[in-house]
Amino acid sequence: MNRKHRTKNPNNNKLMLAFHFLRALARINKSTSTVSSYQRSCIIKRAAYASMAHAAGPRRAWSRALLYRLRRGSSRLHALPAIRRTRSFSHKRVKVASPKLREPNQADVLRRLVPGGEAMELSSLLKETAHYIQCLSAQVWLMQNVVGSITS
Amino acid sequence: MSSRRSRITEEEINELISKLQSVLPEARRRGASRASASKLLKETCNYIKSLHREVDDLSDRLSDLMASMDTNSPQAEIVRSLLQS
Repeated sequence: MNRKHRTKNPNNNKLMLAFHFLRALARINKSTSTVSSYQRSCIIKRAAYASMAHAAGPRRAWSRALLYRLRRGSSRLHALPAIRRTRSFSHKRVKVASPKLREPNQADVLRRLVPGGEAMELSSLLKETAHYIQCLSAQVWLMQNVVGSITS
Repeated sequence: MSSRRSRITEEEINELISKLQSVLPEARRRGASRASASKLLKETCNYIKSLHREVDDLSDRLSDLMASMDTNSPQAEIVRSLLQS
């Protein structure tokens, strides 16, 4: 349904990102003169993820999940890292046949890193991941440019 | 993971994996032959984690810079420089 938007001009997306993020920064600049540097850093970080999600729009599962978490005001934007299971918890010492219990399944690790990933099956997860990485890199690029502009 | 594959074709997975490979940093692409899926996933996870760390680090720097910045905000300059790139 939204196929024609898929390969939309990437510069457009960067512009949207810049618009959201800079607007947020201007607001933060005005309103956080009395908070600690660490608190402001947390606010900026949330603004970064919010800009990302807003620029991506509700078309993506990851951006929807991120917007949901931000609106709930949850303190964690990313899922906790996977618990490493090293041995079975049965009473008897059962020999572990499958080596998979030793190391976390990479797909599950990925699910915790991509917002909304836990509910996805593999093919959707891979698509969402690719898009998420593109938007995340764009956000990092934007922030680097902002820092560069201020410090030069 | 092998039991789940029967629902989605192997081809589809391969296609998605190569798409993923194309968004990972350049260094990965030199081995154009099929990297193992699990290795690629691991690389993807590490890349995402490093991007998250960068966002954290850049947020810290921006916070410090804001504290020392003039209220004569250079935001207009920033927007200008961004639009030029």
